[in-house]
Amino acid sequence: MTQPEVLVEASALTKHFDDFVAVDGIDFEVRPGEVFGFLGPNGAGKSSTMRMIGCVSPATGGVLRVLGADPATDGPRIRARLGVVPQEDNLDTELSVLDNLILYGRYFGIAKPVLRQRAAELLDFVQLSDRADSKVDPLSGGMKRRLTIARSLMNEPDLLLLDEPTTGLDPQARHLVWERLYRLKQDGVTQVLTTHYMDEAERLCDRLVVMDGGSIVDEGSPSELISRHVTREVVELRLAEGASETEALASIRTSGTRTETVADRMLIYADDGDALVAGLLDGGLRPESVLVRRSTLEDVFLILTGRTLIEY
Amino acid sequence: MTSPVLHYVEREALVYRRLWKGVAFSHFVQPTLYLLAMGIGLGGMIEAAGNQVDGLSYLEFVAPGLMAATTLQSATGEAMWPILAGFKWMGFYHGMAASPMQPTDVYLGAIIWIGIRLTFTATVFLIVATVLGAVLSPWGVLAIPAAVLCALALAAPLAAFSATQETDHRFPLVLRFITLPMFLFSATFFPLSQLPAALQPIAWVLPLWHGVELCRDATTGTLGAAGWAGVVVHVAVLVAYVTAGSVWGMRAFTRRLTL
Repeated sequence: MTQPEVLVEASALTKHFDDFVAVDGIDFEVRPGEVFGFLGPNGAGKSSTMRMIGCVSPATGGVLRVLGADPATDGPRIRARLGVVPQEDNLDTELSVLDNLILYGRYFGIAKPVLRQRAAELLDFVQLSDRADSKVDPLSGGMKRRLTIARSLMNEPDLLLLDEPTTGLDPQARHLVWERLYRLKQDGVTQVLTTHYMDEAERLCDRLVVMDGGSIVDEGSPSELISRHVTREVVELRLAEGASETEALASIRTSGTRTETVADRMLIYADDGDALVAGLLDGGLRPESVLVRRSTLEDVFLILTGRTLIEY
Repeated sequence: MTSPVLHYVEREALVYRRLWKGVAFSHFVQPTLYLLAMGIGLGGMIEAAGNQVDGLSYLEFVAPGLMAATTLQSATGEAMWPILAGFKWMGFYHGMAASPMQPTDVYLGAIIWIGIRLTFTATVFLIVATVLGAVLSPWGVLAIPAAVLCALALAAPLAAFSATQETDHRFPLVLRFITLPMFLFSATFFPLSQLPAALQPIAWVLPLWHGVELCRDATTGTLGAAGWAGVVVHVAVLVAYVTAGSVWGMRAFTRRLTL
């Protein structure tokens, strides 16, 4: 198979589980060298889409081409050129770290001497060389995830699929994973990832689609999406319980300025947050806390769907 | 490039590389205990009363029966917990499914690996039986493939069943209601003619009796009443079980690994 112009191409792609529609007719394409993301909350259909791209779940409807071939008929040939980092680690707990890499490479029919060399390089890449002979179980969550990333690279894939690559990791471990994925991007490895972390999507993705309820709500680069849907800044207000609304706040609500309410916070979208806050304080508003911050993909999602990415 | 099916065997071999010494020793324990208790203990009592079974000493009669039955018993365990572990507790089947391996490769690999393990089990049993003087003929060597085929006749469908389970709650029921009755009533410890005529056909349709008859033909070097036709029927029934079980197994693994 030669390298096609588009690595993944989906149109009207659909996945049903009995009566449940997990993926509801989505269109997207992934181009060589980019990091492409699916951003959405749990249950948005991201993992189902990933499994279809990974050729381990047949599409119910629509068209899907992966690396120029049809997953329905060419599954093994396509999978031979994919690297997969699943949401739940499925490392082989009966084998050592090194044997996990070598055995996984054997599943791809690659010769042992080649695998030994690759495994050594990849352990170095994910900073686990000193744990080569360790069993898998004692490793921390971040180490297991890095090992899974190393494992996914054993066949030198043309396309890397990462399903929620940092879910469940502590902040330090997440940064280490992001840094490795960024290195791979610089090396030209095409990546498709799902995430419900807006900071992960902003940091890693060149282009992403926002998914909700099995559908794609919008598509673009993180900065495009932000400038398309939200103002530059957001003011987050936390109002005292039972506090009466001031006129200033009421006038904002009626002025056409975009506001959203999330749990006990009120979000006000403004190009100049500080000026807005000054106006509110002058108008007699006494909030419990005020925060002016840059708009993020979280705000994009909130405005597009009326809901937050992570359930509160 | 080797067949994807064999990558499964490669994985198991890698795991067993470190374990095999301990496992090998324990394989000798069960046949030795069974043959001492049944063949020498119980058999000695029967012979002291001047009795024989179908012209054989009780040890000579019971050894091939036990060989087929204990191999089948091992197969029951091998086709349940390790299979569910591959799907759930350890999850390495999902790693295989993400590679070029197909779900059918995973299933067939599992069956081949069970066959390899059972060949070892049956061989050890035959060695112990030979040492204790329970094997009358060099044809006894053929009891090894006979016992393995018989055990796979249960393992092939059972591995398919395991692939449909979410927990191991039903596994003890399989042992209690399928393996144990077969173990006891398939001409293992006494000839089938001891059973009421109405119950004998149940043994005919289950795999173990066929395996016991084949093993007994081999270790005694004497064919049963039906001669070669009997051998052909026994083998055909067991092959039918393996085939039907494998068709089910390949479907069950495909369903489980390609949601």
